[in-house]
Amino acid sequence: MIEDRDTLLGLWQRMTRIRRFEERASTDKEADLLEGYIHNYSGQEAIATGIITQLRADDWITSTYRNHGHSIARDVPLEAMTGELLGRTTGVCGGKGGSMHAVDQDLGMIGGMGIVAGGMPIAAGAALAARRRGQDRVAVTFFGDGAVHQGAFHESMTFAALFNCPVIFVCENNLYAETTAVDYHLIAGSVIAMAEPYGVHATQVDGMDVFAVRDAAEQLIARARYTGRPALLEAMTYRYGGQYEGDTQTYKPPQEVAQWRARDPLLTFRRRVTEPGLLTHGDLDEVAERSRVEVADAFAAAALAPWPDPSVLLTDVYTEIS
Amino acid sequence: MAITMAQALNTALHDAMAEDDKVVMFGEDVGILGGVFRITDKLQERFGEGRCFDTPLAESGIVGTAIGMAMYGYKPVVEMQFDGFTYPAFEQIVSHLAKMRNRSRGTVQLPVVVRIPFGGGIGAVEHHSESPENYFAHVAGLKVVSPGTPSDGYSLLRESISSADPVLFFEPKRRYWLKEDADLPVRTEPFGRAVVRRAGTTATLFAYGPMVRTCMETASAAEDEGWDLEVVDLRTLNPFDSATVVESVKKTGRAIVVHEAQVFSGFGAEVAAQVAERAFYHLEAPVLRVGGFDIPYPAAKLEEFFLPDVDRILDAVQRSLSF
Ligand SMILES: Cc1ncc(C[n+]2csc(CCOP(=O)(O)OP(=O)(O)O)c2C)c(N)n1
Ligand SMILES: [Mg+2]
Repeated sequence: MIEDRDTLLGLWQRMTRIRRFEERASTDKEADLLEGYIHNYSGQEAIATGIITQLRADDWITSTYRNHGHSIARDVPLEAMTGELLGRTTGVCGGKGGSMHAVDQDLGMIGGMGIVAGGMPIAAGAALAARRRGQDRVAVTFFGDGAVHQGAFHESMTFAALFNCPVIFVCENNLYAETTAVDYHLIAGSVIAMAEPYGVHATQVDGMDVFAVRDAAEQLIARARYTGRPALLEAMTYRYGGQYEGDTQTYKPPQEVAQWRARDPLLTFRRRVTEPGLLTHGDLDEVAERSRVEVADAFAAAALAPWPDPSVLLTDVYTEIS
Repeated sequence: MAITMAQALNTALHDAMAEDDKVVMFGEDVGILGGVFRITDKLQERFGEGRCFDTPLAESGIVGTAIGMAMYGYKPVVEMQFDGFTYPAFEQIVSHLAKMRNRSRGTVQLPVVVRIPFGGGIGAVEHHSESPENYFAHVAGLKVVSPGTPSDGYSLLRESISSADPVLFFEPKRRYWLKEDADLPVRTEPFGRAVVRRAGTTATLFAYGPMVRTCMETASAAEDEGWDLEVVDLRTLNPFDSATVVESVKKTGRAIVVHEAQVFSGFGAEVAAQVAERAFYHLEAPVLRVGGFDIPYPAAKLEEFFLPDVDRILDAVQRSLSF
């Protein structure tokens, strides 16, 4: 871990923004200020941050319904995220996508996909397009442990291996697919074990440690970029909250949340940078406070932003309106 | 006793499983949790993991496994967590579930029920609010059922489970908490029978699932206009009760079909065609359709403009009357 001060502060800024954003989304949902389902990313910040900060501006990502963290790590403006959560015209999809479906093509954010495993073959296809056009862009597709049971996972791995698609499959193994535990459903024992038969290079990493994630990501991304070979990263992590806001979480054993919170990615980061004196607590507190204010401002701005006109319902379905 | 649609469905599953140990229930999070809408609540606790179990996140696997089990003695009931998650299972449903009987020259029966919470009104965007019933109504070999009342929820689900043919059972999720005075167990009209929920003379509203309630509200509101609307609950799209539909049109002379699904090529087109074929000379106006616009299901704040409501249905009645 040899990182310069700006890089470290950048990582911290993203992780704190995500955490504050998710905390705020959670309380707002509880207060019934948000519509629809909200999927909280708290606990998994190191993964989005560690990987996405290793990508180039022209690379791509796909995400899931749990996409706030990926979007914020990819620098989708906070107001565009809050606008989308509140269904306003200022949203990243103009209020037409909602919390689950952030799309920002300019940032290579192909999108949050509400359908589990929906993004994987699309990422492989984007990567294949780059390869065929002689570009060295890569695609990263984020998904959960539950997604490996979808045919799309196996189909995408086959395609990626067969056609040399520079795509990195990133499984955020947070121990649960909704309420179903990996101990029960992950019959292969691990997700990396499932990559082997496809000849897809796979690594497991501590998803609570942004430095470990960054190191692994750096290697896999470089490998994909220069060889065109796909790779899989299984990041071991935990979602602090429920599957969605309002989930009663009765399926989690007592103490489990506390055990994982002891390995909190933000706490871990703080320790790792303050102990050797790379940054001071004061440095970190200042950035964290700025993130808090930015998030609060973004939610406030969204609450004042205009609603979309109902006529937007009929736009953008086809290229031309007949 | 006041019961909700959710209670009625849950009780139907309990009763069916108690009565026949070949009935099994599986799907995503249906066991320990009892399903995200709690329709399978306490089934695992009562009947054990062998009869009600959680599956991996794999809809194609869920339906395909149900087909295999049904071939060899079981009566599987499976849950698709939300409407939009039925699509990964589309192949198993359309290519196998629907066709196996025909392919085997009638030797194979597939008593499978695929339960699908469907439709909008809960602010949950695409995939979680869709109305895919007509994709399946179009497939020969499937029965397509959608209850609009708690009693029908109970009775039609029981009938689906005992049906020797596969049933796609569309549960109106926004009506899970709809209450009705009824005592369970209850038996209502069988498959293939539409029911006149409210008799009237001005025009007929045809609906199923979530829109039955909306049409009943419309009929009440229409009284202020001096209109006496008939509401026919279609209940089962396949088998389709054209006799009741035609009879109603003969009486009122005006037909308006209401569903949440987009109008273009939706089930309303089938109803309109049947009416045109069988009751043409009784029509005072063209059959009208009120439904979702021809767009993907919209985000939360826009869905109120998308979903058919009392005003849009009344507007259609007005258009029919002023034809
Ligand atoms: C095809 C499909 N089936 C079911 C669902 C409903 N669903 C949404 S998230 C989820 C669990 C996903 O678990 P996992 O892949 O581990 O990701 P996590 O939510 O833990 O990030 C389920 C079952 C869905 N969105 N898509
Ligand atoms: Mg998971």
